[in-house]
Amino acid sequence: MIHFVLLISRQGKVRLTKWYSPYSQKERTKVIRELGGVILSRGPKLCNFVDWRGFKVVYKRYASLYFCMCIDQDDNELEVLEIIHHFVEILDRYFGSVCELDLIFNFHKAYYILDELLLAGELQESSKKTVARLIAAQDSLVETAKEQASSISNIIAQATK
Amino acid sequence: MSGPSLMDSLFQRSLEDIIKGLRQQLIGEQAFISKALDEIRKEIKSTDLSTKSTALLKLSYLSNLHFHDMSFAAFPALEVLSSPRFSHKKIAYHAISFSFHDSTPVLLLITNHLRKDLNSTNEFEVSLSLQCLSRIANVDLARDLTPEVFTLLSSNKLYVRKRAVAVVLRVFEKYPDSVRVCFKRLVENLENSDPQILSSVVGVFSELACKDPRSYLPLAPEFYKILVDSKSNWISIKVLKIFSKLAPLEPRLAKRVVEPVCDLLRNTGAKSLLFECIRTVVTSLSEYESAVRLAVGKVREFLMDDDPNLKYLGLQALRIVAEKHLWAVSENKEVVIKSLSDADPNIKIESLRLVMAMVSEHNVSEISRVLVNYALKSDPVFCNEILGSILSTCSRNLYEIIVDFDWYVSLLGEMSRIPHCQMGEEIENQLIDIGLRVKDVRPELVRVARYLLIDPALLGNSFLHSVLSAAAWASGEYVEFSRNPLELMEALLQPRTSLLPPSIRGIYIQSAFKVLVFCLHTCFVRGGSIVPSASLNNLPAGVSASASYESFDEFSVENGADVTVVHGQTRASAPITKESIVNLLNLVELALGPLLGSHDVEVQERARNLLGIVDLTKPEVLNSSVQEKDDSEGKGVETSQIIKLMHDAFSKELGPVSLSAQGKVSLPDGLVLKENLGDLEMICGDIEPPSSNSFSFGSPYEEKDGLSFSNLQIKEDSEQSNESTSLLAEHRKRHGLYYLPSGKSELISNDYPPANDPTLQCDINDNDDNLVKITAESLVPKRKPNHGKPRPVVVKLNEVDEKPVAMKQPESRDGSLSGAVRDVLFGREDIPPTSSQSNLSNKPSSKRKGKEKQHTDPHLESKENVIDDGNSSSRRKDRSHGKERRHRSPRKKNFEERKDTDQKEKEKSRRHHGRHKSRQRAEEPLKVTAQTPVIPDFLL
Repeated sequence: MIHFVLLISRQGKVRLTKWYSPYSQKERTKVIRELGGVILSRGPKLCNFVDWRGFKVVYKRYASLYFCMCIDQDDNELEVLEIIHHFVEILDRYFGSVCELDLIFNFHKAYYILDELLLAGELQESSKKTVARLIAAQDSLVETAKEQASSISNIIAQATK
Repeated sequence: MSGPSLMDSLFQRSLEDIIKGLRQQLIGEQAFISKALDEIRKEIKSTDLSTKSTALLKLSYLSNLHFHDMSFAAFPALEVLSSPRFSHKKIAYHAISFSFHDSTPVLLLITNHLRKDLNSTNEFEVSLSLQCLSRIANVDLARDLTPEVFTLLSSNKLYVRKRAVAVVLRVFEKYPDSVRVCFKRLVENLENSDPQILSSVVGVFSELACKDPRSYLPLAPEFYKILVDSKSNWISIKVLKIFSKLAPLEPRLAKRVVEPVCDLLRNTGAKSLLFECIRTVVTSLSEYESAVRLAVGKVREFLMDDDPNLKYLGLQALRIVAEKHLWAVSENKEVVIKSLSDADPNIKIESLRLVMAMVSEHNVSEISRVLVNYALKSDPVFCNEILGSILSTCSRNLYEIIVDFDWYVSLLGEMSRIPHCQMGEEIENQLIDIGLRVKDVRPELVRVARYLLIDPALLGNSFLHSVLSAAAWASGEYVEFSRNPLELMEALLQPRTSLLPPSIRGIYIQSAFKVLVFCLHTCFVRGGSIVPSASLNNLPAGVSASASYESFDEFSVENGADVTVVHGQTRASAPITKESIVNLLNLVELALGPLLGSHDVEVQERARNLLGIVDLTKPEVLNSSVQEKDDSEGKGVETSQIIKLMHDAFSKELGPVSLSAQGKVSLPDGLVLKENLGDLEMICGDIEPPSSNSFSFGSPYEEKDGLSFSNLQIKEDSEQSNESTSLLAEHRKRHGLYYLPSGKSELISNDYPPANDPTLQCDINDNDDNLVKITAESLVPKRKPNHGKPRPVVVKLNEVDEKPVAMKQPESRDGSLSGAVRDVLFGREDIPPTSSQSNLSNKPSSKRKGKEKQHTDPHLESKENVIDDGNSSSRRKDRSHGKERRHRSPRKKNFEERKDTDQKEKEKSRRHHGRHKSRQRAEEPLKVTAQTPVIPDFLL
């Protein structure tokens, strides 16, 4: 299974973290510091796998972002690379040629997409189209709720409460 | 009330404002964040859910990416969760699954929220709730929500169902009893035609099978069907993973699976699937030669590929093959060796491991040579990686693959001189270990030690200090092989030794002590004829000790002719004359004088010892060099007696001592050990009695009065200590802080308990004989007929095997889950789910065996079992019915879909499974006995 997903920028800034195994806040910072050091220092033409504390970390760089996933020893590294690529493609489709800024400003959306893709550390949805559809459906749910909330009548109702 | 007003919620900063503000960094990141956190703290108390949820969103952003604690928002998050709005729920769920953990206090309150959402008609809410459950589930949550998850497992919304399936894994982990409820539905989902659901289920089973494959053997037919029919690579990979766990347990299954796997291997275009096939073949189907050949062919393609990923994975696969098919590595030798200089450190390490896998006693020296050259050229990290693997490979199984120890010792010396070497401690251990175990290598050891000691540059490298301590110890202990003790003395006392840490300095001084005693002895007792031979006989115990020394000398003469050569050279090249002795004594005084004021007790005390003997002998030496021999006869005898005693004490051989040695020491008469120690145990409880772990060198005192005295002393000691240690222990218990940890090892690892127990003195000769005999016996089967040079004797000891214990541990952890799964699959409800692993594995196997003899159909039997046991709770009865149905359904399908032969095979496989298990059990004790050492020696 996938234990966690990290997105780290080339400057070492964390863009997204998702933990599927229990890690305390302290451990999380430590993990990120450690792995950031290991992965960012690796050259461009090396393999995408790092052995780390008995686990394997599969990472891939897309533009300025490193996508990292930590998996068990007997998991399939190439499969995880494909999952990463899958995730990137979905992001790309959703944001329309995604860039780091998209993820910075829509940090929660990136999470929601990831949540559609992975659950409990396993791949849930292998179809890009389905993920796009699901996300769109949820977005519309959120939007209608927001519209309700921000309507003038709602504000007035609240103020006079 | 200071609650936020409407204005606050109108002008609340959104997440985007925070992100923008952070990026502009007008007031510095930390300041900005703390300001934002203050705002959030205020906003999160708002009664307006929109304000609250925005605050929560901002907080989870800061917590996620800037790692700020958000535990204070646990309750507000629950409040947001109760909002009817989907957007709020989403934010709340996200925050909760990120921040909640098992000890979050409000975890109890979330159960109802989750339950409500799990029952929601909105599939997205259900999904959110499931997602959250998968992350934060603890025992209580898993138990309370099992019914809901169970319902969702057969939901007609595929989206919900597949997520429920994935979550079941976590529920099982946390609350194994839920297996009884949910397992049947989970298995039913295996026959679902929807690939997404199938992928989910197979994913769950591959995780479950990782932990306890045996329980899932009965499901093999279902998995087989999926393997053959699957069109999706994702599913195939997971199924292969399951089979790679199941196949080793059941040879018939392996036989059936090998063909489809090979088909996949040949036909698939996806590298990930191809790699999974390769890995399945090399890990689990390695008996099938043709399959392995095919897989190795594909591995070769990987190795030739330019993609470093494939190369890395190819090497990894090769390493797995190497365990059983070394030819696969040899075939790809060039690629492997070439990869040693790859740009990627990971690839280098993989290829290094492969190279080490190829090492045998025939090629160990060439491979080590190549590797040491690589180590010289490579970066520090990889260099140490190489050295570490050479050290561990060569020392494996008591230096099994080393034939030429002289070569190995000089290799160790060479390795420690490599600039990046940081393996000092390992080299130290091996040098001492080899010195103790292998007699023949000692001259070479001393030579290597000399080269290390004599180089002042090495003293500056702190990584080498431990190697130097080993070198110092070896050259002191085996000083009789030294070519030039005087030079050695200078090396040991050179000014740069001040760079050493005190503990090692102490070893240096102690070695200098030994060297000095040796020189004095050679000069006075052997070389100079000052001492009349009659005086030797005045020492009753000294004679026996010297006899043992003589016997050792003879032994070494017998064994290696070169030893005598060294002896001859010693005297020829560096004759120890009076003048040199005087110089030596002056040198010692000069070098150690300042150390009398050393702050380190070890250094100070040893220096004092050494200076004491210098003070004692110096006037003597000066006198005798000036005056006639006869004048100083009276005093000379005394001095030389002391020297003789010292020498005898030091020249007694220190052997490795078995951990269980103490048990073999026979209790001296009149020594009552048990009574007082019983009291001690009550007082001490869990505290280990303090034991000295370093060698103690036989004191001349003991030698003089022989066995009786030392026994007496021990008796006295123990009587005193019974009283005092109990007090001490109590004190230690109370003020443990101020005591050293009791397991501290200093120069030598714990493997060697103190060597000066009484039997050492009385039995030493016997033991020498034993040693020769026993080691000769133990070596017979291993000795290869055509060595140019016979492998020297390596002294072996009882090794304490901790492996079985370590291997049992992980099993027991998963015990309850796998136990529950077995219960469901094998139709066993009579075992309480909490029973330990060993219990479980015993019961089914023994029962099954009996059953199969009596009945033809185990399932009938299992049903009877249930009824016989008469379950009291109705819930249990319900489950047992469900289970029965579950057992029938795949059966029925089998009859429909498969031919009778299949059915039989499955039947057989099941039966075999039962047998296999019992066989395994029978093997266990056997293994244990095999692991316990055959040689009953305790002190060699």
